[in-house]
Amino acid sequence: MAEGQEKAAPRTDKGLMGVVNWVDDRFPLMETWNYHMARYWAPKNFNFWYYFGVLSMVVLVIQLVTGLWLTMNYVPSGEGAFASVEYIMRDVEYGWLLRYLHSTGASAFFVVVYLHMFRGMMYGSYRKPRELLWLIGMAIFIALMAEGFFGYLLPWGNMSYWGAQVIVSLVGAIPVIGPDLMEWVRGDFLMSGITLNRFFALHVIALPLVLVMLVFVHIVALHHVGSNNPDGVEIKKNKDANGIPVDGIPFHPYYTIGHDLPAIVMFLILFCLVVFYAPEMGGYFLEKPNFEMADPLKTPDHIAPVWYYTPFYAMLRAATYPLFGIPAKFWGFVVMAGAIAVPAVLPWLDRSPVKSIRYKGMISKAMLGLFVICFFILGYLGTIAPSPEATLLAQICTAIYFAYFVLMPWYTRVEKTKPVPDRVTT
Amino acid sequence: MMKSRNLTRRTLRTMTALVTLILAPTIFAAAASNYPMEPITPNLRDQPSLQNGWALYMNYCIGCHSLKHQRYERTADDLGIPHEIVLENLVFTGQKIGEQMTTAMDPTLAKQWFGAPPPDLTMVARVRGTEWLYNYLKTFYVDESRPLGANNKIFANVGMPNVLQELQGIQTSECIQMPKIAENGGEMRDPLVPGQVITEERCGQLVLQEGTGLMSAEEFDHAMYDLTNFLYYVGEPSRLERHRIGVYVILFLIILYVLTFLLAREFQKDVKH
Repeated sequence: MAEGQEKAAPRTDKGLMGVVNWVDDRFPLMETWNYHMARYWAPKNFNFWYYFGVLSMVVLVIQLVTGLWLTMNYVPSGEGAFASVEYIMRDVEYGWLLRYLHSTGASAFFVVVYLHMFRGMMYGSYRKPRELLWLIGMAIFIALMAEGFFGYLLPWGNMSYWGAQVIVSLVGAIPVIGPDLMEWVRGDFLMSGITLNRFFALHVIALPLVLVMLVFVHIVALHHVGSNNPDGVEIKKNKDANGIPVDGIPFHPYYTIGHDLPAIVMFLILFCLVVFYAPEMGGYFLEKPNFEMADPLKTPDHIAPVWYYTPFYAMLRAATYPLFGIPAKFWGFVVMAGAIAVPAVLPWLDRSPVKSIRYKGMISKAMLGLFVICFFILGYLGTIAPSPEATLLAQICTAIYFAYFVLMPWYTRVEKTKPVPDRVTT
Repeated sequence: MMKSRNLTRRTLRTMTALVTLILAPTIFAAAASNYPMEPITPNLRDQPSLQNGWALYMNYCIGCHSLKHQRYERTADDLGIPHEIVLENLVFTGQKIGEQMTTAMDPTLAKQWFGAPPPDLTMVARVRGTEWLYNYLKTFYVDESRPLGANNKIFANVGMPNVLQELQGIQTSECIQMPKIAENGGEMRDPLVPGQVITEERCGQLVLQEGTGLMSAEEFDHAMYDLTNFLYYVGEPSRLERHRIGVYVILFLIILYVLTFLLAREFQKDVKH
């Protein structure tokens, strides 16, 4: 358990401590609290980038709570879904607020998770002994993408319908079994109320359960190996006489209140600015065609997924050559799936003697910079209609995206790194 | 622990950069139509405009286009009209005040008449935008080649007849002499004759026959503004309430931020570097 030595406090059966002691005799309450909060030693040099883990949890709670209340008035059927969303927007007390909190929350979730992942990539948080922590995180990311995808169909707007149609049809591009598999996924010969119902079940039961469990496991793994930090120095290697890392501070209260609390409030200010003053975010958080009910006979002029999928959607469209007699669409699917999954192997690709970008060489810094630029360009390209120039640019960016990973074993070994200090810096 | 003021400033700067990045693509979003659109700014605080818009809608639109997600009562309350006046003057179907604004038209028959049933317009302002709507309503013209004798500049070959003709009058699409526009966007003038505008013939321009409608061109513009404004309201009736509550929420959070920031600073003082 906690590495510091517990000092037995005189036992009391009175007041709040009496209750705590009563529970403690039957459940490891204080032990859990100390292990995860009061005696969890976190490096004292966390910076801005360390806000996004806790912010992900904040958004998760927002989504769970607003989602629960939305479910109370939502009707999961092809006939009733669209009207029930408008019923929530108009006739349910503060229904519009619940709905906008949830729709903005979906985008906010991806904002904070992308930044959280970028932090990990920047400071080498995936390196030994945190490989499993990183893999669990990747599982959360994939579950989150699925959760967003299923949820996006539920308003049963025209973009919901056609966006889901595009993604589900990718399954149909798989050789031999594709068409039958697609029918099985949809549960019908076309996207219909049956598809809507199963997406609803997955969105409100299956994936939230998976997500919450994965987040729990993510934190258990984190607190077992300890947090990384911007220097990539292992604080556990330098402990004082009591076995406490000299560069560590108790997570509670120094990070909970002393670091995260104002950041959470600042995040909520930005979040509420969107919810109250720009919930559609110019058509990027809520797309205009989605205010029209799903119509299997009316394809929107331009089908674009929500912004958080567009980098991967651009890579999907970047594959334009049929190979081995299999249509390009299937290879696009392979490229997209590969792009989503490839960060999972980062712990085994990075051969640098140092963890943090602060001490890595110029090639690593340049590659990470290029990676970020390409991710943004791809994100933009995924929102616009395809053109030959856009496709070429998407292909170049896709190549750089993969080069960041594929070339990593090489460039992390050949480059000259800076010496890593023994203790964390400020 | 960390230099909190610097950190906050850096945090703010990064946050601003992120917001800008997210917003950037919206600047490039453009409307797709060749006919020049007149911009408008809807105003939800202009109740007389919204009331007039609703009256126009109930007289000229509801016969075919429902507003099925919106209720009479909510609309009456938001627009400041007493229920009795609404029931007497705006509800022509004998419906109750708490009911939704449906249309009496049979969708099967409507499909036979127009090729497609007229769509519900509750959210049309959110799908198309107010600028599109306003210009669409104003750019109907006589076109004998169409089954119902009317066409539209913004929505070419639309299936809808020009129901507003009695208000607007007869509008046709003509080839007329118009000032030539220079590259810098200004009208070209004849350098030899001072003040003389150089013109060119341009086709597809809308020409209104004055005096053929119940309204003057200016009155009609106002009426269409009111109708668009009303549809903007119906698209999201909670918008004003959203803006009002938002102020209090944000103010509360700002105060909370100051308090939590000061609290956090006290804890940060304990951390030795």
